[in-house]
Amino acid sequence: MKLLEYQAKKLFAEWGVTVAGGKVITKASQLSAAIKQCGGKYPVVVKAQVYAGGRGKAGGVVLAKNLSEAKAAVKRLLGNRLVTIQSGKDGVPVKALLIDPGVTLLKEYYLSILIERSKQLPIIVASKEGGVAIEELAKTNPDAILKTPFDPLMGLLTHEARAIAKWLEIPAAHRETAVKQLKALAKGFFATDASLVEVNPWALTKEKGMLALDGKVTFDDSALFKYPQWDKLKTADADGPSEAKSREIGINYVALDGTIGCMVNGAGLAMATMDVIKLHGGEPANFLDVGGGAGVDQVREAFKLIIADKKVKAILVNIFGGIMKCDVIAQGVIEATKSVKIKMPLVVRLEGTNVDLGRKMLDESGLGFLTAKTMDEAASKAVQAAR
Amino acid sequence: MSILLSNKTKVIVQGITGKAGSFHASQMKAYGTRVVGGVTPGRGGEKWEGLPVFDTVAEAVAATGADATGIFVPAPFGADAVLEAIDAGLALIVVITEGIPVQEMLKVKAYLRNRVNAGLKNPAIIGPNGPGLITPGQAKIGIMPGYIHKPGSIGLISRSGTLTYEAVWQLTQLGLGQTTCVGIGGDPLPGTGFIETLQWFQNDPDTKAIVMIGEIGGSAEEEAAQFISKNLTKPVVGFIAGATAPAEKRMGHAGAVISQGQGTHESKIKALKAAGVFIAQSPSAIGDTMVRALRDRGVKP
Repeated sequence: MKLLEYQAKKLFAEWGVTVAGGKVITKASQLSAAIKQCGGKYPVVVKAQVYAGGRGKAGGVVLAKNLSEAKAAVKRLLGNRLVTIQSGKDGVPVKALLIDPGVTLLKEYYLSILIERSKQLPIIVASKEGGVAIEELAKTNPDAILKTPFDPLMGLLTHEARAIAKWLEIPAAHRETAVKQLKALAKGFFATDASLVEVNPWALTKEKGMLALDGKVTFDDSALFKYPQWDKLKTADADGPSEAKSREIGINYVALDGTIGCMVNGAGLAMATMDVIKLHGGEPANFLDVGGGAGVDQVREAFKLIIADKKVKAILVNIFGGIMKCDVIAQGVIEATKSVKIKMPLVVRLEGTNVDLGRKMLDESGLGFLTAKTMDEAASKAVQAAR
Repeated sequence: MSILLSNKTKVIVQGITGKAGSFHASQMKAYGTRVVGGVTPGRGGEKWEGLPVFDTVAEAVAATGADATGIFVPAPFGADAVLEAIDAGLALIVVITEGIPVQEMLKVKAYLRNRVNAGLKNPAIIGPNGPGLITPGQAKIGIMPGYIHKPGSIGLISRSGTLTYEAVWQLTQLGLGQTTCVGIGGDPLPGTGFIETLQWFQNDPDTKAIVMIGEIGGSAEEEAAQFISKNLTKPVVGFIAGATAPAEKRMGHAGAVISQGQGTHESKIKALKAAGVFIAQSPSAIGDTMVRALRDRGVKP
């Protein structure tokens, strides 16, 4: 689960990291009051609150020198869609704006905390070149990036934070603050089961010293049960209503651009099913893992998700029944198909325990399932049916 | 022969009185696993299908001489169950539990490293979030259907559950049995990775060839490829799921996400090819690719 910039910076402030102290607005009429609350001085920065990266280059961040410039920015952004390099061609809706007081930037740094899977350790990534895309920098100038692994049982040690601040050449007068902020961010990373905390830029400013000018936080979805305070944000970063719905009902679903809806048990097999569709010249409409114990209810909800996508022209069900027996799955597919009223061709491939009984039930249901024995056969039939 | 698990291994089940633990403990026993007891805190002294239930893993080990455990406890208790099994000195810890927070596994791994550095025993942790492991014809600790397997000479390692069944089924239907099948799990920080498992299969005289099933996300397959090119003499067949997966999206498994350009299908296939791994282009061609690999390398299964 991701946080928007203003949510992340609110969290940083709670952790003890200085932020610019702006106000968030969701209506144009709130602009003047927000500017007043920021201190009433210009310039102010108007920042679109979206999850997609590449916001600045896409015109989602505006420095306004007076009220009319701020108003123009609000009018252009709020309630409209912002297209960034990460948003896809349709862009993402801008539902809120952060109004930050303008600050004088003396120096910008990059900072993030994440888990390095190959080292199996948390690391702090830091760079003197803040405000740039770190992925690009990693390619063009890897020496400009410092990676500091640290012990998850001890947390970030003071001397480790000092070494990072020194490597960044943060001016002596601001080093202690920088060390405190580094430690606060690392502590916050653990206190919230985050998978990413990013401050880009982490800036030295004339007015407030070291501060988090931008912020990104991603939480580990598996740890959300510990943090009921985030419950209402759980579906906020979903791409579209289907993905939000799928999270509510506990099905793993990712919308894609193709025409063949997929329902599979198990994440690896679900990905492999998408791949085999592509190998047969088709395009999957979604990734959908219905889970290990796929009962009638889950199968029905999964079908609803799939057919809510108007691009879908055929459905491929691929289930390897292990512990879950094929006859039980067949029964689920039959009942769900009847209650959901599926109009497009439905290809079912069952394999595993009691497969003969399961296939017989599908054949005798009179619902016109196209059945297949192998993944190849199923994919080929689904691709043909979708044409 | 096999790796890690045989019909002599004495196994306990953590969470044996729960729905999943109880069901799978029965299935494991029926398959031939030597299940000697179980653990459920607060239920010590009870019996489960005639076997003793203990409050703690340490008590279970002292009473039964168990050397392996299967963990079926709910996710919020998963990391502690693993730590308890480590502290009790079990040699093999199989974690079926899905959804253990990543930072908790991060701390488990750090704790384990400190123990090993202090000269204590290093257990094999298989999982979390995987189907477990099986030595066909002998024993299983996990949730896989036993009957699709067949004793033989192919070792199998996978990050996936049902995709592993798919691969095993293809092998079995082609008459290619398996020594041991290891589901290392779909989490970002697996207890045991590809490299350790590949080494075990390389050392096992009965394993003649290896199937390795990976997926997008992380760099474990790339690192495994390097290891294969330097250390493995046995033929390896590889399949990587997720050729069509979009970037920055978690594909079901917590570990299956292409992040900041890292962990792509293309990069993994390139690395495995360079290491001489036989690539199955389609998930339905894993068995056939193994047949070709054995023929090309002149290995008799």
